[in-house]
Amino acid sequence: MMSQIKSLVVTVLVLVVAGVQLAHSALTIDITSASGDGVPIAIVPFEWKGSAPPPQEVSAIIESNLVRSGKFDAISKNDFLEAPHDNSQVSYKNWRLLKAEALILGQLRAISPDKYEARFQLLDVYKEKQLAGYQFVVSGKQLRKVAHQISDIIYETLTGNPGAFDTKIAYVTVTKSASGGNNNLLVVADSDGYGPREVLSSKDPIISPAWSKDGQKLAYVSFENGGSKIFVQDVFSGKRDRVANFPGLNSAPAWSPDGLKLALTLSRDGNPEIYVMRVSDGTLQRITRHHAIDTEPSWAPDGKSLVFTSDRAGKPQIYQVSASGGAAKRLTFEGAYNARASYDSTGKKLVLVTNQGNGFQIGVFYPDNGGLQVLTQSRLDESPSFAPNGDMILYATQTGGKGILAAVSSDGRVKQRLRFLDGSVREPAWSPFNLKL
Amino acid sequence: MRIFNPILVLVILSLSLGACNRTKVQENVDVDDANLGESSNGSGANSSGLGTDGGTSGSGLGLAGGDGDPLSKRVVYFDYDSSSLTAESQLIVEAHANYMLSNSGVSLVLEGHADERGTREYNLALGEDRAKSVAKLMQAMGVQAGSMRAVSYGEERPVALGQDESAWGLNRRVEILYGN
Repeated sequence: MMSQIKSLVVTVLVLVVAGVQLAHSALTIDITSASGDGVPIAIVPFEWKGSAPPPQEVSAIIESNLVRSGKFDAISKNDFLEAPHDNSQVSYKNWRLLKAEALILGQLRAISPDKYEARFQLLDVYKEKQLAGYQFVVSGKQLRKVAHQISDIIYETLTGNPGAFDTKIAYVTVTKSASGGNNNLLVVADSDGYGPREVLSSKDPIISPAWSKDGQKLAYVSFENGGSKIFVQDVFSGKRDRVANFPGLNSAPAWSPDGLKLALTLSRDGNPEIYVMRVSDGTLQRITRHHAIDTEPSWAPDGKSLVFTSDRAGKPQIYQVSASGGAAKRLTFEGAYNARASYDSTGKKLVLVTNQGNGFQIGVFYPDNGGLQVLTQSRLDESPSFAPNGDMILYATQTGGKGILAAVSSDGRVKQRLRFLDGSVREPAWSPFNLKL
Repeated sequence: MRIFNPILVLVILSLSLGACNRTKVQENVDVDDANLGESSNGSGANSSGLGTDGGTSGSGLGLAGGDGDPLSKRVVYFDYDSSSLTAESQLIVEAHANYMLSNSGVSLVLEGHADERGTREYNLALGEDRAKSVAKLMQAMGVQAGSMRAVSYGEERPVALGQDESAWGLNRRVEILYGN
């Protein structure tokens, strides 16, 4: 009996990302390096009550999410001594024997055509009590999203940090077109790569997608019609505006935390400089003044300052400047190349691309003490972005001359690769939390 | 660890459930779409060579000298993370500058490129810097700034796909493209 379940109806509105659903969405996630010291948890496959097979294997998605985070290790199902689907059926000592700290169980039930009830409970094996339990009633199409929401609840309950499974990623794929040129697609998918939808298609390159803080818009650089220009596109309607088309470079857009401004790079005054544009009317404020390259601006979470890449000292390094301009302060000194830095949500660390003499890797830089930790080992790693909870970093790398996406935990302990069927994948950007989805 | 006693029933309603699986082509932004008011120029493949209009083709311009003629070379190459012209590149650029000076009404696009190493945005800036190095030398020789346009594709349009110095060296380049 689920005696602890009370009914409370919450309505969540779902907006659908505009764009073509991509048929070849097949993707596999390989965990290339595991921590091995995550919290041991046991996930019992959810009981299924229905005639046809369930639209989604909800408990398998939850397990995959939690294990991918590196915070948890799933105990092998072969070792389970029982298969409960409700806390009333649980014999806690059977799980203590397996050294499970938390137990996740649940049920999935078809209640009418294309209507399903999913319920789960998260149990503390040692305290023998329920930590969380929820019930969802949704369509088959939404069961994947429910699995991500359940994963988020479990993650937050057990770690104290919000989960970021029910979020999106944007990225660019490049495939050869029939005419011999390239077909460039800007794609939005679930955080685990499923359900990709194409939101822009071009035969010219697309780079630097950047999510607005409300998750409603993507700014990006498109080379359509020659040269780089910045566009802002509504993710849900597909409507877009060209916001920067000045002579020279128009590139590296970054949304301010309040969503009202874009920091960007323009060379209209002679060479690449950082500017801040008020999106509502296009008003520009110039932030940097230096004959060297200044580019790749990114906002501090408080919106008061920007970091950017400059080669003013000879090689690219990270600098910080007030968001209203003024003198820039150099932040990075370690390594011959540090670029494309962006903050996590706390403002205490920056993820960047670094070259310490052995190729280009993803690093985390701590501005408070100047420490830099290199997290990856390949030679062509680039375009890192933090998950909105700061626990994972998504980036682009190459294998066999082909671009792929990879993720690493912020502490470097867990690594994984997202493999797509065809084409080269690059320029990933992890969405913020508060997507209106 | 917190204890969640109340169990929430989350009813997720979709605003447009029916639209989930439907392919909504009309909402998809396609840059070839006429409503953008512009048509896309060629793709990255044709980034070398002269204009194809009769009057401005290579031979029509009289550009094609012998192999040893620097004017026959329309690509100059750069060292890693550098926008400085090598001695050989200077000879090539000077030959094109002289050609520009003796042929009024000709215009140039200087297309800057980078190899794949490092970040895309920095490489985009580097490609522009390289194109501007070429433009500056030409301007110093008297070529009108208004007859040249620098454009950068950064690392987005490589001509060589290998991952070694022989490929990277070919990609760190400025292409000198004649228009009209």
